[in-house]
Formats: sequence, structure tokens, C-alpha cells
Amino acid sequence: MLHKLFMYEALREAIDEEMARDKRVFVLGEDVGHYGGSYKVTKQLHTKYGDLRVLDTPIAENSFTGMAIGAAMTGLKPVVEGMNLSFLLLAFNQISNNAGMLHYTSGGNWSIPLVIRGPGGIGKQLSAEHSQRIEAYFQAVPGLKIVACSTPYNAKGLLKAAIRDNNPVLFLEHVLLYNLKQEIPKQEYVLPLDKAQVVREGSDVTIITYSRMLHHVMQAVKQLVAQGMNPEVIDLISLKPIDLETLVTSVSKTHKAIIVEECMQTGGIAAEVMAQIYSHAFDELDAPIRRLSSKDVPTPYNGYLEQACLVQPTQIVEAVKTLMST
Amino acid sequence: MWQLKLYRDMVLGRKFEDQCAQMYYRGKMFGFVHLYNGQEAVSTGVIQALAEHDYVCSTYRDHVHALSKGVSPKEVMAELFGKQTGCSKGRGGSMHLFSAPHRFLGGFAFIGEGIPIALGAAFSSLYQHNLWGVPMSVTACFFGDGTSNNGQFYECLNMAVLWKLPMIFVVENNQWAIGMAHHRSTSEVEIYEKAKMFGMPALEVDGMDVLAVHEVAKEAVERARSAKGPTLIEALTYRFRGHSLADPDELRAKQQKAIWMARDPITQLSSWLIEQELVTQEQLDKIHREIDIIISDAVQFALSSEEAKDLYQYVYAS
Ligand SMILES: Cc1ncc(C[n+]2csc(CCOP(=O)(O)OP(=O)(O)O)c2C)c(N)n1
Ligand SMILES: [Mg+2]
Repeated sequence: MLHKLFMYEALREAIDEEMARDKRVFVLGEDVGHYGGSYKVTKQLHTKYGDLRVLDTPIAENSFTGMAIGAAMTGLKPVVEGMNLSFLLLAFNQISNNAGMLHYTSGGNWSIPLVIRGPGGIGKQLSAEHSQRIEAYFQAVPGLKIVACSTPYNAKGLLKAAIRDNNPVLFLEHVLLYNLKQEIPKQEYVLPLDKAQVVREGSDVTIITYSRMLHHVMQAVKQLVAQGMNPEVIDLISLKPIDLETLVTSVSKTHKAIIVEECMQTGGIAAEVMAQIYSHAFDELDAPIRRLSSKDVPTPYNGYLEQACLVQPTQIVEAVKTLMST
Repeated sequence: MWQLKLYRDMVLGRKFEDQCAQMYYRGKMFGFVHLYNGQEAVSTGVIQALAEHDYVCSTYRDHVHALSKGVSPKEVMAELFGKQTGCSKGRGGSMHLFSAPHRFLGGFAFIGEGIPIALGAAFSSLYQHNLWGVPMSVTACFFGDGTSNNGQFYECLNMAVLWKLPMIFVVENNQWAIGMAHHRSTSEVEIYEKAKMFGMPALEVDGMDVLAVHEVAKEAVERARSAKGPTLIEALTYRFRGHSLADPDELRAKQQKAIWMARDPITQLSSWLIEQELVTQEQLDKIHREIDIIISDAVQFALSSEEAKDLYQYVYAS
């Protein structure tokens, strides 16, 4: 049995099911309760679960994130919503020192079963501050898991897995994917958090991507296939730790790789993926790895400039063709 | 006798810290080591008013809070030596003591970051009390005067009152934040007055008088446990040593130190106990001898324990 849901509805189903299943699960953040969340992911949950389990917090990111960590240490399973993930820069200390590192620093005394989720990435002309790619900033923090969903189907299955995980998970939902619609199973399902997904099998080249850029890649792939090429497409899903095995298996088959991301090039996710492939599968490569990233500029407000900042499907087509001809 | 229990706890804290100084200078422990000498009445007075299932949250100056909450001196000393038998398995060190079995939340090395963690533990207690009738646990959160200028303090005062969390904010006002005198750092020196602005019951207490601290702590615990909400206790105290063992302590005036040292909380209590004829000097001496043995056992344990091993263990929880 299938039903057609927007991604925000799939995410809500995931939270609703987990809250019904486990009383330790609760949601907190700015406007998650009465208002229903700025992207409606928690809409109406407060009427079902009450104000304590769907907790509207004051605008105090560092402290309510720390509070969630304290609650996670002492028996609860908090799901923090970042109204926009960019705002969690104010909670950087809590997320790195106390969510990421505390299990280790405490020698295993405390576990932090925590999900931090919300809208990330570059939206439509939201300008620099609201268009951060926080996965790049947080990827260096040991002990964190970073997961990016890309479809209603994987959004639901991955969020459920993230809530059940015993570690802090930074869960990225792309702000422009909330209104993506897809038929998804009505029956319960949970997806593995740590596995990259081979979205399209192919033999010529491996295109590695995640989140919204998957959709740009798939547009490009249509054109590439029409021109007789057969690319393999991998959705990373787990940005930390990276599922190296799936990447190496693919590259060992195609011998060429290109990474498409929305991060800025400097210190982005692609930088790490590239380094990992080079150190573990260098001999498999027939050509240098290409990466397509956002430009190293604060995201501009102007629509044309904003598009110029982002990787476009035509650029992916061109880059793949160039790579194929080397 | 409960007063004697307080006395014993303070002496344990004092002698433990003195031993730490020795061991640091002998090269047995490293990093930043912040000792608690002089402030014992605050840890003892508050923590001895808590139950076993209550939580304590501390800072980088955390050894004595951990001991008061029942973490064994052996495990704390071994942690300071970086040993696998330490309470944080040698991964944390002086500023990161943790003990889940003792509900000792930690050892938080950054200013103010423990306050939201404590708030979360208090929220968790309220949640579990309301949803499934678990007896209410109280969380005591310790931090310094300097830390009270940090935003997390105010954010958490607000939320604690807003949700009536079972929490006690314990400000150990020792008048110094490393080399920053309290009055040079803050617009209103009475920290408890700031809490009042949030509608929180708040009071000042002589932090060198363990009986006084204990008295106000018991009331705050009772308030928190019966779901009446948080309290802030500002304990006026003084650290007898430098900020950390790396601090030459040249800034604080000799007279200031002398005035406070004359009010040593341990000698104050022992004089009072003897004046009141509640104990004999012999009883007190016996406590000192017992604690000397506990401390030397702790050092022996730490010395003979193995170094922390397995670099990758504990990065992720299973
Ligand atoms: C976020 C942060 N900034 C700076 C420091 C360095 N630092 C350590 S202790 C301290 C002074 C704190 O004073 P107070 O809160 O009064 O506590 P006390 O040391 O007197 O116990 C400072 C600035 C730190 N640990 N964390
Ligand atoms: Mg101070």
C-alpha cells in the first residue's frame, strides 16, 4: 500500500510514529508546537502529544540545544528542530563539545541519543546567512553523525533511524525539497543511516552527490543517457561517516568519479570524499576526480547571482562529458 | 551525626586537592588543573543536601563536586593520572570528570556550557515525573561569578523559571574569574539580584559557613523536589590557591587572601563542633587519619593502574 506525500509530511509521519512508539521521544525548538514548525513538519503534533512533548522554546539556540543534550544524557530522546539550520551556528559549542565529543570524553559514561534536524542548504534568494551549508562546518566534529535526505521516501525511513540511533545525528532536510511529492509505503519502514544509496546503476562514471543536488544530477543524467552515456549515481546519505565501501566499489567499476555538492568548495563535503577516494582507491582511477561545488562566496541575494553560485545541471553534463573524454 | 558527615566531606575535598598539587608538581598529572581549596563548604553544603538519584553538574573545577557526589577518590585520582581505571577512562582528565552511576553529569571545561546541560537533566526529571510518575530528581548546577556574565546563564534562568524546572543554580562567587575581579566585569555585583529579575527565588549565603549553605540548600532541594521550581543560591566564597596550578596568583592582594583564609570553612566548622561539645578533638583527628589513608590509597591505585588504551573506543555509542 502506497500513499503520496510531500517530504514535509513524510518527515512528520516519521516523528509521529516514533513519538507514538517511544514515550522518551520529544520534539523541541522554536515554533515547533502551536505554530507547527516553520515548514510544517511538526504541525498538529502538539495537539496529540501535549506541550511537554512538543516543546516550544524561547529563541535561545545554544541553551535549548544544550538542554536537549542534557535530556538525552538522562533518559530522553530529543528531536531538536533548527528553525533554519543556519541558526545552529549559535549552538556550535553545544553541538561539537557536548553532543559530538561527550561520549568519548566521558569514557562512555554518557550517550547522547539526539537528533538535530531542520531546513538547510540554499533556498530561493534567502541570501547569505540563511543559506549556510552547516554540514561543511560540522563534518570535522568527532562523534557526530551527519545524514542528508533527498526524497520523501528516504526522509521518512532515515529520520526514524536517526531517532532510534544512540548517537547525536545532524539531519539535513533541504529547504527546497519540502514540497517534493512521492508515493511512499504506508507500512512502517526504517532505512540504514550509514549506507550510501546507488540511485542509478551505470558503468561509465560515478557521480557522487547528496541532498538537493541529487535532483540536479538526475536531470543531467537524463541528457547524458540520451547521448549514449551510462553513469552510476550515488546518493551519499551519510555525510559522516562516509560509506567508503560503496564509493570504492563503484569507482572500481567505473574508474572515473565526479562529485556534485552544494557546499562551498573550500572545506566542503566533496573535499573529504575526494581525499578518501584518493587514499583508498587511487589505483582504480583513470582520471583525476572532478568536483563541482558552490562558489566560494557568501550566497548572494540577487537571483541571477545566486544561480551563478550554484552548480547547474548543464555544468554537470559538460563536466561529465569532459571527464569521459579524458 | 550529620554535622560530622559535612566535616568529613570537606576534609576529603581539601586533602584530595592538596594531594593533587603534590602530584602535579611531581609530574603525575598534566594539563589545566583547577583546585577547589577554600570553597569546600559550597560543594559539601549543597551536595550533601541531595539524594542519590539527584544530579550534579560542574565546571572545570570539578574534583570536589565529584567527590561530594560519591565518585570514589580512586577513580578521580586515576582519571587525573590519565589511567584506564579513571572515572572517564582516562579520556577526560581534570576538567572532564563524569560518572553516570553517581549522576554526576560532568566536568564541563567551557564557561557556562554546563548550565544548559543541567537544565536538560532537570527537564528530563520533570518529564519523567509527569509522564510516568518517576520520583522527582533535582539537579544542582555549579558555576562561578565570571560565568554569570555569559548568555547561557540568562537563557537558562529564563527557561528554568518558565517551565518550573527542579533545579538549583549554585553560583560560587569567589570574586575572581582568573584575573578579572568580579566588580570589574559586571554591571550588578549581586548576582542573585539578577535571578530575581527572572522571577526566581534567589538568595545570598556565606559560602564559608557550611551549615548556612546546607540550610539554604535543603530548602531549595525541597522546593525543586515538590515541583515548585528553581532557586538560585549565590555563595560568597574564595579560592585559597591560584586559578589553576599554572597560575602564579600574583594579582590578588595579600590582605584580601589573609582575610578570607582566616575564615577557612573547615576550621570554622571544627571550632564550632568543639565549642558546642558535639565532638572531641580526638574524633576530628581520627577523621583526618582515615582520610589520609583514603588519599594515599587513591594515589597508589592511580599509580598502579594501566594507561588509558584503545584510541578509537567511545567515539560512537553502540
Ligand atoms: C568559553 C570559555 N571562555 C574562556 C574560558 C577560560 N576560562 C577558564 S576559567 C575562566 C574564569 C571563570 O571564572 P568563574 O566563572 O568566576 O569561575 P572560577 O574559575 O572562579 O571558579 C576563564 C575565563 C573557558 N574555559 N571557556
Ligand atoms: Mg570566580
